[in-house]
Order: sequence, then structure tokens, then C-alpha cells
Amino acid sequence: MSADRGLSLHNGDAAALASIPRLAFGAFREHTVAAVADGGRIAALFALPASAGVARLVVVLANGRTGSLSVATTDVGERYPALTSDCPQAHWFEREIAEQWGIRPEWHPWLKPIRFHRAYQGGRDAWGRGPDAPILPSVTDFFRVEGEEIHEVAVGPVHAGVIEPGHFRFQCHGERVLHLEISLGYQHRGVERALVGGPTPRTIPYMETLAGDTTIGHTTAYCQAAEALSGCGISARAAALRGVALELERLANHTGDLGALSGDVGYLPTASFCGRLRGDFLNMTALICGNRFGRGLIRPGGVAFDLEPERAAELRERLDRTLKDVAGAVGLLWEAPSVLARFEETGPVTHEVAETLGLVGVAARASGLERDARFDFPSGIFRWAQIPVSTWQSGDVFARAWVRWLEIQRSAAFIREQLGALPDGPLRAPAGPPAANQVVVSLVEGWRGEICHVALTDESGRLAHYKVVDPSFHNWMGLAMALRSQEISDFPLCNKSFNLSYCGHDL
Amino acid sequence: MLKELIARVRQGYRTTPYPKSSPVLPDRFRGRPELDAAACRPDCRACAAACPTRAIRFDVDRPTLDMGRCLFCADCTSSCPPGALRFTQDHRLAAWAREDLVVRQPQPECAGPPEDGRLRLYRRALKLRQVSAGGCNACEADVNVLSTIAFDLGRFGIQIVASPRHADGLLVTGPVTENMKLALEKTYLAVPPPRLVIAVGACAISGGPYVDHPEAHNGAAGIVPVDLFVPGCPPHPLTILDGLLRLKASKE
Repeated sequence: MSADRGLSLHNGDAAALASIPRLAFGAFREHTVAAVADGGRIAALFALPASAGVARLVVVLANGRTGSLSVATTDVGERYPALTSDCPQAHWFEREIAEQWGIRPEWHPWLKPIRFHRAYQGGRDAWGRGPDAPILPSVTDFFRVEGEEIHEVAVGPVHAGVIEPGHFRFQCHGERVLHLEISLGYQHRGVERALVGGPTPRTIPYMETLAGDTTIGHTTAYCQAAEALSGCGISARAAALRGVALELERLANHTGDLGALSGDVGYLPTASFCGRLRGDFLNMTALICGNRFGRGLIRPGGVAFDLEPERAAELRERLDRTLKDVAGAVGLLWEAPSVLARFEETGPVTHEVAETLGLVGVAARASGLERDARFDFPSGIFRWAQIPVSTWQSGDVFARAWVRWLEIQRSAAFIREQLGALPDGPLRAPAGPPAANQVVVSLVEGWRGEICHVALTDESGRLAHYKVVDPSFHNWMGLAMALRSQEISDFPLCNKSFNLSYCGHDL
Repeated sequence: MLKELIARVRQGYRTTPYPKSSPVLPDRFRGRPELDAAACRPDCRACAAACPTRAIRFDVDRPTLDMGRCLFCADCTSSCPPGALRFTQDHRLAAWAREDLVVRQPQPECAGPPEDGRLRLYRRALKLRQVSAGGCNACEADVNVLSTIAFDLGRFGIQIVASPRHADGLLVTGPVTENMKLALEKTYLAVPPPRLVIAVGACAISGGPYVDHPEAHNGAAGIVPVDLFVPGCPPHPLTILDGLLRLKASKE
């Protein structure tokens, strides 16, 4: 194993900005490529302005085997040799860096915008577009397969269902998809840029709406970071309640996804039952805080609402009742040959591809990767209460459905355990202002996978930079790979089996 | 087949009796806000300072609360010492006119439905196309849930359809990002006139947390004419359903 040249950090611990090693570019590149080859993973790779004409690249490497996070930086000018050619995990990150800061990663194999907005520094553009040249979403080159019998199918941004916008471009030979290219950015709201200079009263609403179906996950990631920056510890009770809310979010979304997968193969009983059951889980979150998505619950220093004994008892009773119905509804899937025939061997992602792309969450675990931030980088309640990592080997739609079902059972067991022994303690500790010139990396295993927030403060303790990596950012490429050699009519099914976030990606 | 039938019996009948009987909402549910200006302390502006979206303004000494901007986060109530502000359990928030979303004391009479005869068309069947234009997937999820057995939107003759060509109107969510502006305009024009537009959620009404972002357009009304506003972040499914049913209630 190569010597780690980065600053070693734990999930949710702050450190002085000055303690991050600033490597020469060659050493930085070598360090990153070697760490990934050695079983590490790029949790975040981003740029921030350093001085005139100079940008600072920051990499956060995560190694699940050792439970360590490593942060390193380097300075680059207007161009630098891309990491992607030696480390495919950097692919999407380097496109983001190029688009945000007008820096060109040379020899990047597929350097295109990912969100379609103007660079943050006026006058710089990685593609040499002038300041008045229009930038329109999906107006770019697409990978094309040529041939007499090849046809192209373009779908979106507005889709047939009630779903967020995105554009999908398929290269097909008959029904068979040779290549799918995914073009996003329609949901870009400029969140990261708006966070700079904070925290402000709007910081929490930004976190709660980064990806609205992951309100608890993203807001917890932010609060962990804010607490580390201000040196505030939360009570065991607050940590337990955050854990309960996070797992309720997982239960709701996994149940909804299993229903939607069922609907996409035309098996209506489970689709119909799970549509209702998902809502029952959302209503349990509303029982705790009044909002079905957990808005208003997670706050710096702890939580804003308590779970008194009667409320906990009602939650427990509702949970038991709903889980029984979920077991009945989902159990039908595994016994219906017509469902299994459509789930199995559809949209496979091999272990190697999942590892190379750095997939996270359900998609990674369904390809046999033991990767779960609750287990690898535990924070909050997960330092004391462990949830076994649920994996399956086949990497197909079946595996992604089955892992969800395993996780439903394990999240439910966790919630029951917590409700049975809620620790005492204050709901909220006062969180002071963030300390100056600090860095913190905060990881949370949201229901889609690893959420990574990186916060850097300036000399007055304001947020100088805030990086958000939604699990979807890692996984959209996994969906594209899953479609290779599949039938185009299986796209909705494959898409649903990943169920990635558009707004979480677009920010 | 037998297993499916047994499961069906076990799951039972699950459709809400709403609107025939009033709904049971969680005790911490935050519905229509209520103001008591008489309880306000002089020159206290704590609620307005705490509000993340500047939904609370002062009309001389009387607070007004714009539900079109409100995220229902309750940061205002927790910062209001005398309790001059509270969120009631009332889920019925929709309004025909943007200014009727502003809660004030005394509350002026609200505008009625449009009188151009369009609503007659929707009495039996109303088909809507949903456009997410920067929505965070919470409004979208709570629109989607209306089509499940829990709410069974179909029993009211309302359906979310796959194409704007099949639709009577649009249901828009999100602040309308710059990158979705053209798609929203095109989808609107693809609906055969007369067209209906419903803005659902704080983002689609005012921009919500993204108000005044250069990447977004402060909601749908600046891009397409909006007929009905359904506030909330996200609105509860019953709040959206209540709004949709107003489109069907017209007796004209």
C-alpha cells in the first residue's frame, strides 16, 4: 500500500484548513490514482478559486476497509492532465470542475458540460464559449453510433410520468441499446453557489430541498458538518431520533421503489399496495415532525421535535402494522414467475464495473460491493447501533430489488431497537457559529447511497465553499452502463431500479 | 392467483373517505397560518428576521404572511415571543389569485374562480400533464401519491396523463429553472387551448427557497399564466386534492 499523503480525517470531524497537505500536481495525481487502485474511492473531487488564474483541486478519498477519509489539495492553472484517463471514477467530477471553473482537464476522454450553466468565474470557459454565446441544456455533442440500421431515440426532458426532467439519448440497433448517454442539468438551481457566505436562515431550506425525497439524509449531513465546525456535540437522544428518521426515509423510498418496479413489469397488486404503504411511512415521519418528508425535524445541535413515550408507542404500533402489509405485498414479487423473469438478468452491472465507476448505495451493494457509510464511516447513532450491510451478487434489476427488501427488514429492526430504548438527553444543544479556516467532511448513508458534504470556512467563520455530492452523482453512469445490450423497452425498469435523483445531481 | 387474492383481502380497502369526511392530520401538521397582530410587541420583527424566504412583511405594525413564499418551517413561530403567529390544522390553502395567498388581518374576501366558462369543461373529466421545472421531488411525490389507492384521484374524474396533447392543462412544480424554461413553454403550447395552469408548491408560486436565484425564474407565473395556486413545501396531498377539487366544483 502506498503511503497516504493526504490529511487523515474521520467522518464528521473538523480540522484546520492549513493541515491539508498541498501536493505538487504530479504527486496529487499519483496519490489519487494509487489510492483508488488500492481499493479507495473518490468521495469528492472539486475545485475552488485560490488566487488569480489559479484553482485549488481538493480530493476526498474514502477507504471503506480502513474507515479512513483522506483529504489532499493541489493548485492548477487553466489546464491540467485529466485524472480520468487513469481513474474512471474522476470522469463526472472533472466534467463538473471544467464547467464550474473553466479549467480544462486535458485528455479527458469525454469532456462535456454536465449541468449547462456559465462558469463561476467570468471570462473563463472550458469550451471557449464567449460570454454572449447561449448555453442551452443538452445542446452539445452526443456519442453516436453510425450504420445503416442504427437509429437514435431521444427522450425528455419532460417525461410521461410525474418525474423530474432529464434527457436520455439511446443509440439502438433494433430493440437493442448499444449506448445510452444521459444529459442532465435541467434542475440546476445554483445551490452550492448560494451556500457560500452562509450559514443564513435559508441554509437549512436549501439542504431540505437539495433532493426533497432525501430531506433527512442531506440535512443530517449538513448538520453533522455544522456541529463539527462549531464544536457542538449532540445528545444520544437526538442522535437516535435522527437515526429513526433516516431509516423511516429509507423505508418509505424502498417500499415505493419496489411498488414502482412491480408496476413497470405490469404486476399490479404489489404496485398498488406499495403506493399506499409508502405513504404510511411518510405519515410516520409526519407523526414525528408534522411534515411527510421530515422538513423542520433536523436542526444544527440536534432535532426540533421529540418523540414522547405515547408518540413512540404509536409509531411502533403503526410500524408493526405497516411492515406486516409490506411483507405481504413484497412477498408476492418473489413468488411470481412473471415478475422474476423480467427482473432477473435485466440491466446487469458487474462487480468490476461497479467498482471501477465507484458506485454507491443500493446499486453498489446489488453488484456485491460491501459499501455502506453507516458501517464503513459510522457517525451519530451508527457508532453504537450497527445495521448489517445488505448485498447481493447478480447486479441486475432483481438484485437491486432484493437488496431493497433486505434493507427494509434491517431498517425496521433498527427502528424497533431504538424505539425500545430511546436514551435521555436534550433535543438540541446550542450550536455556535462555525470556527474559522476549518474543513469538515460529512458522510451519511441516505436511502440512495452515500451523501458527502464538504464544508470549508473562511477567516471569519463563514462558508467559503460548500460541496455536495449526492449519491446520484456517482451512479448515473452506472445506469448508462446497465443499459448496454439491453432492450430499449427495459429502460423504464432499469431506470426505476436505480431511481436516481435529478435535482440532487443538478444542485 | 390465489396468493394475490389472499393478499388483496389482507390489505383491505384503503381509500380515504375525503372529501366526504374531514381528514385526520398529524397533531404537528402545519396548515394555514393565523396571525394575531394585537399580540405583537411594538417594533418586534423577530418573525420576519427568522423567515428564510421573506414571507413575513409588516404593513406598518401589522404582520402579513405570504403563503406563496412560506415553507411552513415554523422558524417564525419559534422565534415569536408572545405567540402572535401560529399554524392551524387547516389544510385548505389553495387560491385563485396570487394576492389571496397573503394572510393578513382583517382578511379581505378571496377571488372566485375564473368566469370565462372554462371550468364548465372540466366538470366531468380533467386531464393534467405534470411538469417538474426544478422541483425537488417532494411536490412531485405528493402529486404522484394522489393516483395511488390511498387517494384514488380517478374517482373524481381527474387523471395525470402522459402527454400534453391529451391534457386540459399543466400542473407545474419547481421554481422554473432557466434550463427548464423553454421546455415548460413548449409543453404549455402543446396543450390544446383553452389551457389551465396550476402552480403547486412554494417554488412554483414564488421560487420558494430559490427566490431571486439567477438560475431560476421565481415560479411559473412569469412564464405561463397561472389559474390556481396551491401553497406548501410540499403541500400535503390533501391540500393539492382540495385545490384540484375546486376546479370541479364550479356550478356556472
